[in-house]
Amino acid sequence: MATPLVEMRGIERTYVMGDNLVHALRGVDLTIEQGSSIAIMGTSGSGKSTMMNIMGCLDVPTKGTYALNGRDVSRLSRAQLAEVRGRMIGFVFQSFNLLSRTSALENVEMPLMYQGIHAADRHKRAMAALERVGLESRSDHHPNQLSGGQQQRVAIARALVTEAPIIMADEPTGNLDTKTSYEVMAILQGLVAQGKTVILVTHEQDIAAYARRVITLRDGKIIDDKTQEPLDASKAVAA
Amino acid sequence: MNILTTLKLAFRALWRNKVRSLLTMLGIVFGIGAVIAMVAGGQGAQASVRQVFQNLGTNVIQVMNGSQSSGGAAGGMGSKMSLTWDDLAAIQDPANVPTVHWVAPLLNTRGQVSSDEQNWNTTVYGTTAVWFKIRNWDASAGSVFDEDTGNSNQKIAVIGATVQKQLFPSGAAVGQVIRISGQPYEVTGVLDSKGAGPMGDMDDLVVIPVKTYQQKLEKGLAKYIKGQLVVSMMSDDQGDATIASITNLLRDRHKLDASQDDDFRIRNPAEFAKAQQDSTNRIAWLLKIVAAVSLFVGGIGVMNIMLVSVIERTREIGIRMAVGARPIDIMTQFLVESLALAAIGGLLGLALGWEGAHFMAGYFGWQFFFPAATAMIAFAVAGGVGVVFGLYPAIRASQLDPITALRYET
Repeated sequence: MATPLVEMRGIERTYVMGDNLVHALRGVDLTIEQGSSIAIMGTSGSGKSTMMNIMGCLDVPTKGTYALNGRDVSRLSRAQLAEVRGRMIGFVFQSFNLLSRTSALENVEMPLMYQGIHAADRHKRAMAALERVGLESRSDHHPNQLSGGQQQRVAIARALVTEAPIIMADEPTGNLDTKTSYEVMAILQGLVAQGKTVILVTHEQDIAAYARRVITLRDGKIIDDKTQEPLDASKAVAA
Repeated sequence: MNILTTLKLAFRALWRNKVRSLLTMLGIVFGIGAVIAMVAGGQGAQASVRQVFQNLGTNVIQVMNGSQSSGGAAGGMGSKMSLTWDDLAAIQDPANVPTVHWVAPLLNTRGQVSSDEQNWNTTVYGTTAVWFKIRNWDASAGSVFDEDTGNSNQKIAVIGATVQKQLFPSGAAVGQVIRISGQPYEVTGVLDSKGAGPMGDMDDLVVIPVKTYQQKLEKGLAKYIKGQLVVSMMSDDQGDATIASITNLLRDRHKLDASQDDDFRIRNPAEFAKAQQDSTNRIAWLLKIVAAVSLFVGGIGVMNIMLVSVIERTREIGIRMAVGARPIDIMTQFLVESLALAAIGGLLGLALGWEGAHFMAGYFGWQFFFPAATAMIAFAVAGGVGVVFGLYPAIRASQLDPITALRYET
C-alpha cells in the first residue's frame, strides 16, 4: 500500500488562554489517501479550525505525530513549515484573502515568488492556473473589480499554481450566494477528479454533501467518519 | 525570492503610499541635503580664503603703522605714523632680519583715473619692483617695473586687466596715457588677470612707482610711510621668527621702552588663514553633529512608518506566509522597503545638497564644489539608517503568527 498523504497519530493541541488550558484537539487519528475528497465538519469550538491549521502546516501539534506524504512535519521550525506549505498545500479561504490593489495574475504568481521561480516562468504558470478556473480574460483585474465568485476562483488558481497535492478550503462558499457556491464546488470537485486531495472545512451540511468522506469533530475528537456518494455540483450549476 | 522581485515589491509598496513615503523621507532628505550643501559651502569658503592668501603669498607678512590713542580714544589702524623709509631699509638688511627675502612698501588710495575715452574709479598703489616679485605677478602686455623704473619718479603706470577694459575698451593700453588726479601717466604694462576673489575684483588696480606716488599723490616726500610694508620670507615656516626679529628691530629703532606698546602692527596672513581654517573645522564638526541628529530623527520617522505599515499589512503578511513565505522572506521584504525609502531619501538629499551648494557658490562668489566623498559617505549613512531603523519593524513582521495574521481585521 502506498504511503498515505496525511497520517495523523494521537494529535493533541492545547493552548494557554489566560490561566486556562484549552484542549482544542484531544487525540486525533486520521489517515487520508491521495485523491480524496473530504469534508471536516463540526460546530465552532469543535476543534475543526485547529485541525485545519495543523493539517495545513500553519501550526504544530502539542503532542502526537503528523506525517505529510511520509515526512514528519510535527516538529518543524517556522521556516521549514513555510516551505512545506508552499510545496504541499494550497489554501482557499472564506474571505478569499487576495492581496488588494494587486492584479489577479500577480496574486496567483505570489506563491511561486517564494519558491524562487523566475518572472517569465511564474507568469506562464499563473496564466495556466487562471485558465483552469476560467479567468484568463480577467488576469489584469484587481480583486475589487471582480465578483465574489471570481475572487474565489482567483484564490483557487493561486492554490493550484504550485501544483501542491492538497487543497485546503476553509468555508470556501461562506461569502458566496447559492449559485456561485455551486460553481466553486464544481471547480473543487473537478480538481478531485484530476487527482488532487481536497479538504473542505465547513459547518454546513449541504456543502459537506459534495465530499465523499465526511469527518465530524466534537470537543476535539473525531466522533463520526463516514463515506457517502457525493452530490454532483456541476448538475446543480446546470439546474 | 530573488532580489529584483523583492525590489519591485518594495517600490510598489512605497508607491502606493506616495505622500506618506515622501513625508517619511523628508527627514533624511534634509539631513543629507544640509550636510552636502554645508560641506560644499565650507570647501568653497575655504578655497576662496586659501586663494586670497595664495595670491598674497603664504610666505608674506605685513607691517603696518600702529594706532594712536589719545585720551583713551583709540584711533584706527595706521592712524599714527611710525614706519619710516629707514625702517624699511633696516628690515631689508639681512644682518638685522636674516629670514627676510624682499620688502616692498605699499601705499594706496582710491582715485579717479581716466583715458581719452573713459574714466574709472579704482585703487591706486605706489610700490617698487619687488612687490611684483612678492606677489608673483607678471604682465600680460608690456612689462611690470624693474629695479630702475620702480625706484624712479617717472610718471608711468602698470594697470590691472579690469582697468584696461574700462579705460581702453577698444584696444591696447600699453603706450597710451592715463590721467590720475589730472596728471598724465604712460601705461607701461597690463597685469595678468587674477580674476574675482571674495574681497572683490583683484584686477581693479593701478600701480605707479612709490616715489611718484609720494610726489604726485601725497604732495612731497615724507619721512613716514603712509601705508604698509609687505615682507616676504625665505620660506613659509619662518613667520614667528621673522615677526619676533622685526618687532625687536622696530621697537629698538623707535626707542620704545618695556612699558610702551608697539607703535606698529604686524600681521601674518598665514596665521589668519590658519585661524580661518580652524573655525571652519569647528563648524564642520558642528555640522556633523547636526547631520547625525537629523539623520537619527529621520531614522525614527522611517521606523515609525514601517511599524504602522507592518500593522496595516498584517493580513497581507498572513497571506504571504500561508502560501509559503518564510519569516526571512517577510523580514527581507520590509527591510528592503525601509532601505529603499532611506536610499531614495538619500538621493533626493544629494540633489538638494547639490542645488544648495550651487546656490551658495553663486551667492557668495565661491568656486562650486561637489564633495563627492562626503556625498558617498552621506548616501551610505542614509542606507545604513534605513537598515538599522527598519530592522525592528521587519523582525516584528517576520515574527507574526500566520494564523493570527490571517484573521486580522483592518
